[in-house]
Amino acid sequence: MSRSLRKGPYIHYKLEKKVIAMAGSSKKTVIKTWSRASMISPDFVGQTIAVHNGNKFIPVYITENMVGHKLGEFAPTRIFRGHAGKKDKAKK
Amino acid sequence: MARIAGIDIPRKKRGEVALTYIFGVGQSTARNILTQAGVDPNLKVEEWTDEQITSVRQIISDHFKVEGALRSEVQMNIKRLMDIGSYRGIRHRIGLPLRGQKTKNNARTRKGKKKTVANKKKATK
Repeated sequence: MSRSLRKGPYIHYKLEKKVIAMAGSSKKTVIKTWSRASMISPDFVGQTIAVHNGNKFIPVYITENMVGHKLGEFAPTRIFRGHAGKKDKAKK
Repeated sequence: MARIAGIDIPRKKRGEVALTYIFGVGQSTARNILTQAGVDPNLKVEEWTDEQITSVRQIISDHFKVEGALRSEVQMNIKRLMDIGSYRGIRHRIGLPLRGQKTKNNARTRKGKKKTVANKKKATK
């Protein structure tokens, strides 16, 4: 079920503050965050966010198409390297 | 012959059912179209007058996205997901279910027909 419109999109407040401050200033640094559930708002576009995947931070460059998705969607938590004995199809 | 929205020629069926042969028109949309056009949904397509056919055609082309246009829109949506590298896009790329279903067994709609793994050991008693 989708989130109630009355509440508006969920963005972790500290992350939002950092992102807006970053958008105002000219210098670009990577923002680290654990908040995978935060929605990507239009303020994020053009920034790089390092999203935690439970093990390490995955840098995600935010483009316009990503607005409306959650940060966690871009930092996969599982790595599947294929079944044993299957030589072909090497995945990243 | 009733040609509506390009290639579809459903005949000898009730209008309500015949319209569902068009990709993007289900039963409720079909009923919607027919009430807008002022056609009895129980009337068979072969019994429609020319004016009724044209008005149905007009309503579909004006208000609904069907067939090729709809198909390409769906493909574009999938392509967008794949391009931005989201989880759902990745699942589309490798042909697995997108919505968190289990893949230990079943999931055959997405995975396709069973691929038997050679030399799989039999369970020891």
